[in-house]
Amino acid sequence: MKKKVLTVDDSRTIRNMLLVTLNNAGFETIQAEDGVAGLEVLEEANPDVIVTDINMPRLDGFGFIEGVRRNEKYRAVPILVLTTESDAEKKNRARQAGATGWIVKPFDPTKLIDAIERVTA
Amino acid sequence: MDMNEIKEIFFQECEEQLAELESGLLKLNDGDRDPETVNAVFRAVHSIKGGAGAFGLDDLVSFAHVFETTLDCVRSNKLEPNQDVLKVMLKSADVLADLTNAARDGGSVDEARSKQLIRELEALANGEMSAAAEAPVARAAPVAAPVPAATPAVNDEGFQPIPFSFDDFGDEEQPAESGVPTYEILFRPKSELYAKGNEASLLLRDLSRLGEMSIHCDTDALPLLEDMNPEEAYFAWKISITTDKGEDGIRSVFEFAEWDCDLEIRAVEKKSEAGVEAQDELPMQPVPFDLSILDEPTDVIVSEPEPVSPASAADFGSNVVPMAGAGRDEAPASEQRAAVAQPAAGPAAASAASSAAAAPTIRVDLDRVDRLINLVGELVINQAMLSQSVIENDNNGLSSINMGLDELQQLTREIQDSVMAIRAQPVKPVFQRMSRIVREIADATGKSVRLVTEGENTEVDKTVIDKLAEPLTHMIRNAVDHGLEPPEKRQAAGKNPEGTVRLTAKHRSGRIVIELADDGGGINREKVRQKAIDNDLIAPDANLSDEEIDNLIFHAGFSTADKISDISGRGVGMDVVKRSIQALGGRISISSRPGQGSVFTMSLPLTLAVLDGMVVTVAGQTLVVPLTAIVETLQPEASAIHSFGASQRLISIRNSFCPLVDVGRILNFRATQANPVEGVALLVESEGGGQRALMVDAIQGQRQVVIKSLEANYTHVPGIAAATILGDGRVALILDVDAVVAASRGQSLKQEISLAATG
Repeated sequence: MKKKVLTVDDSRTIRNMLLVTLNNAGFETIQAEDGVAGLEVLEEANPDVIVTDINMPRLDGFGFIEGVRRNEKYRAVPILVLTTESDAEKKNRARQAGATGWIVKPFDPTKLIDAIERVTA
Repeated sequence: MDMNEIKEIFFQECEEQLAELESGLLKLNDGDRDPETVNAVFRAVHSIKGGAGAFGLDDLVSFAHVFETTLDCVRSNKLEPNQDVLKVMLKSADVLADLTNAARDGGSVDEARSKQLIRELEALANGEMSAAAEAPVARAAPVAAPVPAATPAVNDEGFQPIPFSFDDFGDEEQPAESGVPTYEILFRPKSELYAKGNEASLLLRDLSRLGEMSIHCDTDALPLLEDMNPEEAYFAWKISITTDKGEDGIRSVFEFAEWDCDLEIRAVEKKSEAGVEAQDELPMQPVPFDLSILDEPTDVIVSEPEPVSPASAADFGSNVVPMAGAGRDEAPASEQRAAVAQPAAGPAAASAASSAAAAPTIRVDLDRVDRLINLVGELVINQAMLSQSVIENDNNGLSSINMGLDELQQLTREIQDSVMAIRAQPVKPVFQRMSRIVREIADATGKSVRLVTEGENTEVDKTVIDKLAEPLTHMIRNAVDHGLEPPEKRQAAGKNPEGTVRLTAKHRSGRIVIELADDGGGINREKVRQKAIDNDLIAPDANLSDEEIDNLIFHAGFSTADKISDISGRGVGMDVVKRSIQALGGRISISSRPGQGSVFTMSLPLTLAVLDGMVVTVAGQTLVVPLTAIVETLQPEASAIHSFGASQRLISIRNSFCPLVDVGRILNFRATQANPVEGVALLVESEGGGQRALMVDAIQGQRQVVIKSLEANYTHVPGIAAATILGDGRVALILDVDAVVAASRGQSLKQEISLAATG
């Protein structure tokens, strides 16, 4: 069965890249454009893993992660954060919010798939 | 979808982000200190950088990076976004736009400028940072280990040191003496590790890929079943692995988990048999592990049965869900509860609030919309034809048919309006572009200018918007270059040395009115008059009203600046502006007050697809005169008609004379002049502000007509702007009022246009 990935990113460019990369790697991809939308589709998407950006309007990545962790059904879903050049402070905040791991931008398909496979069975 | 398509999307997105960036910066410039505005600005640059990085657009990335860093200082309140800072940022936004364009279309950017700005941005970031250096350091301290995992330095900060002796354990399998080193790892997950979605077995699986390894699971911490908290972490693992990846390689496996477990890695020395022998039998208990972990279950279990209230049940989930750190969640969750009345409803409430903020949109190919608009145009015509033929054939007045037709007509109208609304877009993007133009000219002329925009959300047809940018640019340039005085002069006149240019859009009676006002010196009428005389535009003794003098600037080749500057003097004058506005079916006028500035007012149709017209008869032909051109209609009386010259006639209207133009004669519909008394005069305003009375035979009515291009289907016909199809199925021509008026001045239309054949 295909693994389902929920991606949350406000950039159309990155969303499309994620979509292409994940689909090519054989994942089923569900996309949301910010944290609020991400939480809205969470139930329906029923993801095996979540990839989220940090800087987003309405609800940022930290808030989104906290939201997922509060959801009794999805609180154990692995969440990977897309960050830029390993911003240590941000990484740390994401971790505190409950992120499982992170992927450093610029976007690299191999790194993304590696990271996803690392946190999913 | 391939990379090129994504790249295209990226550039589209860049445009949006750049617009967002600029409008945000302008808001900040106006004193807006809403953190969300700063965030939006930051996000815009951040997003551009992110995408650019993915496409390897290094110039863009490096500039965006510096910009972002400086913006981050603003965001974290380390840098006050004052006017000077914003000036640099607005310029940076311009350069960022240039870099984006260069990345898309090739071409180069002004490197000196971008380097200069990078220096300025860095200076802003560094200057303020060093002053505020202590604060960030102090704040960073309580946060544990903000160091990338790959650096070995993390050892010191990643977890609390535990008094633990490695000598107490080792591994049963001592690998062969290959040159490959062996490491002993103690891995003791905390409950947080599971709460964050990490999984010990996956980490061990990853670890096993590094080399030969053996695992021993330490279950000693496992309490009795009745004491067990399913969300607690009770297991620890001892691993011995032989790998050439080194300690860093091992650490990288635990990269995501490092903070949430106790991790000890030790390289095994080649001959450490003693330790190995000793370890197997030794129980783990004596080792002072992080005992707080062991204590925790008791605490949690005491508190766990308590959450019976629905709110906290929803919050934490039931106890049986594995791998969730209830203990860890306790504090943030209760905070959250305090912040939001009902945590479970939190996301839903947030989404309801946000949906009000941003209505969902879709992107549609413009061709599809245009096709739809075209079809609806046909539908309107068809409906009109249907109505007409029913009326003609139905003398009994079958009311049900008529009522149905009325409803159809109403529906058709509504469909038409709705379809037009699809093409309507706010003028905002054009207005936003103007702020950059103002900045550039202000810089070039050394004037200090503030652009104020109003009514940015006024909507108008996309074509109108697209074609508006160019004339507006010229007008803005003119307003700053010619309109506003230099700062010294302004000060001398008791004005604010900073000039203001105000750009306003609003809807007025079915049209969009755009006003461009400056608070400069106004039109120098003496100078304009002299120039007009010098250029033979007017006679030296001509008696002109102020308004007429002001309107002289719309004449070709007119510029009052003493020398042609490189800003507004690019061979484009107000005459070109006027013509492009007129080509859009619009009108432009100026009103000026000496010492107080000038106001240019443009009135444009909301759409170019339909037109409100007056349907008239001329020599048996049906013509449509754009309603916007008509000032009034009147029935001439014989006493008001005055002849002069060979064939010229004037009509006196309220004590002023106005040339009478026989449309039928100009268009060659008839050989002789019609008797004015038998027709109707349409008083029209034409180019240059003058009025003319157009003679037509009769007025049929007023109607909204769908414009059909004549050029696209036939060829351009002088005196005719376009065609339309009337309700009775006949083609009617739409009069080009300005061309007809011009023809009446003697520059007669070409003879070959005998329109009788067309009608």
